[in-house]
Amino acid sequence: MFPEQNIPVTIIGGYLGSGKTTLVNHLLRNANGKKLAVLVNEFGELPIDADLIEAEEGDIISLSGGCVCCSYGNDLTSAIIDVAQMRPAPDHIVLEASGVALPGAIASSLSLLNNCTLDGIVVLADAETVQKKSQDKYMGDTISRQLSDADIVLLNKTDLVSADRLLQTREWLKQCSNNASVVDTVHSTAPISVVLQDFERSALKPASGKPHDTSQFESYKLDMEEAVDPKKFASELITNTPELVRAKGFLLDLDGTVKTLQIVGQRFMVSAAPQGIECGVIVICIRGD
Amino acid sequence: MTNTIFSAKKIITMNPARPHVTHVAVREGRVLGAGTLEELSGWGDYVLDETFKDKVIMPGLVEGHSHAMEGTLWKYTYVGFFDRMDPHGKVWGGVKGIDAVLARLKESEAKLSDPDAPLPGWSLDPIYFNNERVNRHDLDKVSSTRAIGVMHASGHILNVNSKALELAGLLKTGIDHPGVPLGDDGLPTGELKGPDVMTPVGVHVGFDRDMLSCDEDGLVDFAKLCVRTGVTTATDLAARLPEEAVAMMSEVTARDDYPARIVPLRFHHGVTPKDLIEHVLQLKEQSSDRLRLGMIKVVVDGSIQGFSARVRWPGYYNGADNGLWYISPEQLSEIINMSLEKGIHIHTHTNGDEATELVLDCMEEGLRQHPSRDHRFTLQHCQLADRAQFRRMAKLGMCVNLFANHHFYWGDEHYNLTVGPERALRMNACATALENNVPMAIHSDAPITPLGPLFTAWCAVNRLTASGRTQGESEKIDVAAALYAITLGAAYTLKLDGEIGSIETGKRADFAILVDDPESMPPEKLKDVRVWGTVQDGRIFSAAEL
Repeated sequence: MFPEQNIPVTIIGGYLGSGKTTLVNHLLRNANGKKLAVLVNEFGELPIDADLIEAEEGDIISLSGGCVCCSYGNDLTSAIIDVAQMRPAPDHIVLEASGVALPGAIASSLSLLNNCTLDGIVVLADAETVQKKSQDKYMGDTISRQLSDADIVLLNKTDLVSADRLLQTREWLKQCSNNASVVDTVHSTAPISVVLQDFERSALKPASGKPHDTSQFESYKLDMEEAVDPKKFASELITNTPELVRAKGFLLDLDGTVKTLQIVGQRFMVSAAPQGIECGVIVICIRGD
Repeated sequence: MTNTIFSAKKIITMNPARPHVTHVAVREGRVLGAGTLEELSGWGDYVLDETFKDKVIMPGLVEGHSHAMEGTLWKYTYVGFFDRMDPHGKVWGGVKGIDAVLARLKESEAKLSDPDAPLPGWSLDPIYFNNERVNRHDLDKVSSTRAIGVMHASGHILNVNSKALELAGLLKTGIDHPGVPLGDDGLPTGELKGPDVMTPVGVHVGFDRDMLSCDEDGLVDFAKLCVRTGVTTATDLAARLPEEAVAMMSEVTARDDYPARIVPLRFHHGVTPKDLIEHVLQLKEQSSDRLRLGMIKVVVDGSIQGFSARVRWPGYYNGADNGLWYISPEQLSEIINMSLEKGIHIHTHTNGDEATELVLDCMEEGLRQHPSRDHRFTLQHCQLADRAQFRRMAKLGMCVNLFANHHFYWGDEHYNLTVGPERALRMNACATALENNVPMAIHSDAPITPLGPLFTAWCAVNRLTASGRTQGESEKIDVAAALYAITLGAAYTLKLDGEIGSIETGKRADFAILVDDPESMPPEKLKDVRVWGTVQDGRIFSAAEL
């Protein structure tokens, strides 16, 4: 009964050492039966934890739970086309960008492919080094551009800096990332519902699973009984909820149709909803101090 | 054992002890000696071969930066602005306007029997048509039922027709991508900029996914172009070199009639530095006389005309954002350090001066860790380097291979648009390189520009742009220096100068056989020197009989 849906793609960006690979492993470990296809620039020294690997063949590694990991080398577009055509189709593509790639440019390219949709750009920042790196003679502008492309910045390794420094870094990130949501993490252990919006595709349940750091997030459900203008509603929700990280759900449009709404950071997307779905929007926020 | 002695009108040896001789003796594919017939008869019984008695012989030319895919591209329809020779010796006239492009494509279209076969073309350059763009409606006039795609000369832009867009699912509104311009109707115009955009459509118009790859026929055809241009050793600069490709190249180059020595470099991308080094060490073991493996190509930035090169302050003349890094400093350093440690030879692609600066910094640090007397790491293209950078190259023992042809094809573009008048003058600074004793080669980057070292030498000597302006008078070099750059100069950057690049005792019997004498031609005519063919490892290859 569901129309053929595009596969959501989450782009994981960030400079070398910011924790991208750790995040990918964390997502694979918490995939909960969903088939993730992970695309990495290269198979480095153990990009994937050894205990997750079931078989390795050429550019494809089969992982437990039906997940796969592929290296895309110098041809990202082809790799995405190939992965999207795999059967069974993956539920979600996680694309680990190289340390020097601009995730916004990758997102633009995704818009040209017909069987996948951008789910969000998550950029990791090493709390200890990101500010200094953003001044680097060679890499500074690349790192700034990565951050400004982000919907969500995972401020990682927060255990390694003082509280004051953390506060200051968080404010700095807000400035240089076009007001992306900034989420604190240690060892890249952000909740999967934050990193991968479309993780729960058909069912509308309060935030799936238990976030690892329950103190940092809160989620609530808006019932959405009345018809609204979806775009206006989304803009207002974003404006009025400064701590919003993600939102997803279904709402009744003024024309009487039901629409799917997805929000990540400052970005929202409205599309046709599956038939017979119950209205309601789940909102995930960073808990106020 | 019988020796062969070739006579010639003139032999340019590149050996300063006797720069010009009349005879060269060959045994077992190597040069016994160069001198007079009387001197050479001292080596014993000989057969005098007078095939070249009215020809000029030079050391076989060495192309230090080309791609064997030039051979493959000739399967597609050539729509370049300039006359260009195909592997079979046919010179395709340059097409001088959009109507001519369409007419050429129509000719090819008429020859296709399969109604679903795509029609790929290559080497389009609208710069020369007052930048008038080819759009999908133009190409639809050639065919609206088969997919058509025309690659630009730069390799960075693809023009396609409506059918190709439709097959790729892109004939729709709502596309928001800087590389996909839209028409008034909100649909793509058919111009696709950048590899990310070109790939998904390219597969529908007949362009293989891996543009760097060269198939068997392509490798054979590439060598034919080598013969026609006097080249006996050519690089295939950047390939992924998987097992099956290496097996194919080994088989093809070992054929008795394969006329060129191919030097493929392993492209760094897609593997970790550690795996890269391991692969290259493995490749080195598989080298043969005509297939020299075991070097690395690292791509650091993009291209200047594509605005993807990394340039230093104040950036691009037209205000475009700075370009892209294709590798991080950390990874570059790691590859350099490991290669210095293991004695592996690296060539780096840098177009912008910031990318060049990064390589120099990494080399300086790497050499502190792993002092290496004779590494010959080579900066490829290195188009925008300034004098201070050339001084550093010299101190660090680096070589440079400058893109002299670029100056002719895109010099006006650089002057007007990319880097502006002042920096355009210093691009591809051959004179500065030599003045600072940086070992130098010059190149075509075929298929980006045509293979042909004598044309490349002409570019470096005259520094003319396509519009006919002399750009950078102070960076001109003389004919002797240019001829050195396309023989021993290029051989040196490949560590092959002990084997090839000059005609003297012990060297490979690799010769370029010329109808005209490049030393007595007026310098502005250097590109018109006619090539009869080559001798490679003592085997004669006549261009007319390929």
